[in-house]
Amino acid sequence: MNLSPEHFVIAPILIPFITGVLLLFLDDRARHVKAFVSVLSTVILLVISILLLCIVHTDNSANEDRIVVYLLGNWPPPFAINLVLDRLSSMMLVLTAMLALPSLIFSLGRWHKVGVHFHTLFLLLLMGLNGAFLTGDLFNLFVFFEVMLAASYGLVLHGSGLLQVKAGLHYIAINLVASLLFLIGVALIYSVTGTLNMADLAIRIPQINEANRTMLESGAAILSVAFLIKAGMWPLNFWLPTTYAAAPAPSAAIFAIMSKIGIYVLLRLSLLFFGSDPGFPESMGVQILLYGGLATIGFGTVGVLASQTPGRFAGFSVLISSGTLLASIGLVQTEVTAGALFYLASSTLAISALFMLIELIERGQNMAASVLAVTMEAFGYDDEETENEEIIGVAIPRTIAVLGTCFAACTILLAGLPPLSGFIAKFVILNALFSPGESGQMHIIPVTLWWFLALLIFSGLATLIAMSRSGIRTFWAPPVDTVLPRVLLIEIVPIAALLCMTLVLTIQAGPVMHFMEATANSLHAPQPYIEDVMKTPPQSLETTE
Amino acid sequence: MELILSLGIGILVGSGVWLLLRPRTYQVIIGLGLVSYAVNLFIFSMGRLVINKPPVTQAGAQVDPTMFADPIPQALVLTAIVIGFATTALFLVVLLASRGLTGTDHVDGKEPDR
Repeated sequence: MNLSPEHFVIAPILIPFITGVLLLFLDDRARHVKAFVSVLSTVILLVISILLLCIVHTDNSANEDRIVVYLLGNWPPPFAINLVLDRLSSMMLVLTAMLALPSLIFSLGRWHKVGVHFHTLFLLLLMGLNGAFLTGDLFNLFVFFEVMLAASYGLVLHGSGLLQVKAGLHYIAINLVASLLFLIGVALIYSVTGTLNMADLAIRIPQINEANRTMLESGAAILSVAFLIKAGMWPLNFWLPTTYAAAPAPSAAIFAIMSKIGIYVLLRLSLLFFGSDPGFPESMGVQILLYGGLATIGFGTVGVLASQTPGRFAGFSVLISSGTLLASIGLVQTEVTAGALFYLASSTLAISALFMLIELIERGQNMAASVLAVTMEAFGYDDEETENEEIIGVAIPRTIAVLGTCFAACTILLAGLPPLSGFIAKFVILNALFSPGESGQMHIIPVTLWWFLALLIFSGLATLIAMSRSGIRTFWAPPVDTVLPRVLLIEIVPIAALLCMTLVLTIQAGPVMHFMEATANSLHAPQPYIEDVMKTPPQSLETTE
Repeated sequence: MELILSLGIGILVGSGVWLLLRPRTYQVIIGLGLVSYAVNLFIFSMGRLVINKPPVTQAGAQVDPTMFADPIPQALVLTAIVIGFATTALFLVVLLASRGLTGTDHVDGKEPDR
């Protein structure tokens, strides 16, 4: 039996699933074995994801797409479920694995001991994420969403403190309602089109007659609400900062990609289903994405400035990132989408690192350090300066120096300052917005774009202000009773690794941007995707034997 | 039949949403249950309502599609029921944990100030 690359497509789902289930049979006292097995499987996952990326991207010279379709049960499309690997899904797979490995290693320091079955839950979450990125079937997407969510409920509650249970209760209730909306949307779309295969849907949707159009569009709208809840668009996002702040640090670090999955689905499905319609960029759904995204950036900015704890600050940074992506998708321009994909990779890595870093910093800190200066004065802390005077001149301890450097790197990334990749991402988006079209003639820039520009820049400024304030209070002028946080090497290395990845993104920005442009091009012209999926022949049994 | 089904779904969703917005965790979980029943019925009805038509065809025989009900919504409902059941059970556990830790069954974990 020959093992063609097609068979590797299912590996990102099978590896975490099988390892996760096998780990259930091990006793929790065999912690080292469990840790070793799950780290090993995540490493294999990373290698396979990169391999898949190479298959999709470098197999061809020009912008020709190579799409690998895996037919489950060997049914001819559009019947049964298929997995589809294209540039976007392979990129998301690599990003997931790149976040998963550092989060998992970070958890080995402390977090995987505080409750049972951490590794199983973590691996099942990875399975859900990978499945959702790979599947080419709408209902199968729902199933993988549920796998991912069920595992995430467990990860939020891991270590079960009072805060986790309170936040977890809200998180679960909201996501259960979102799942029900998902089902209603899928059912409505099925009732009109009679298919659930994404490529087949893309063929049939333009042929729907006027009478059924309303039903189809309401189905698509209800479906989008479910994804927008996941992505955290204002006003559907009040649960997000609380939950992410309450979740244990390694869980929160991997949740950074979970809010991006809503964005991934919106980007893929909206362009696949309705992108061929010439009136699409002016349609109501796209406008909602654009203005909703702008409102989300605004809400996130206010939240960032007002956050009293670093955990909530990181939660609101997730919202700023989501808002920027939603607004960029809402502009429906290929170049903007390419920039948005770059921003997605950069901001996800930075936020993930920030969640882990915050946990380390908070260990040695009393709560007052991050409280707003105004609030501190109200509590009578303002005479603190005089008490601190004798400390001036003492060398900064090494731990604090390392943590401070990482904190500064996160600040630069999230605020979008040069030289790191956050700046490049924002620059690419804005450059695409304001550069004249392919025809070369000057065009009038709509007011919305100015708003987008202003909000994007201002959100960066707000992030800078909030993080500088928190950083100064933590590293330069810590309260007197601060104890030095005890940080293990195994906990600081993953953070540094994540930040190094953004450094690689910065240095290799050219090739990465080239890849993102190719991805955006194939997203905006989905015809090859549809044809490849529909024309994949079932494998004849003679050749495989 | 269409009228009864749609009224049934409507009443279930209406009561479910009202319960979801109530402040007690028990009301929320019953609300979630009601809405999920309604959604299951809704998915089922999306295969069109037909009487006396089997969803399974016979192997080998010439098949006339008009004589059969659409099997896919029925399969979807089964999946949705299983997943809904599991997640509701999980929510129940969290609900009990919250009751135990906070000493109240209010969704915010504390009684509102009066």
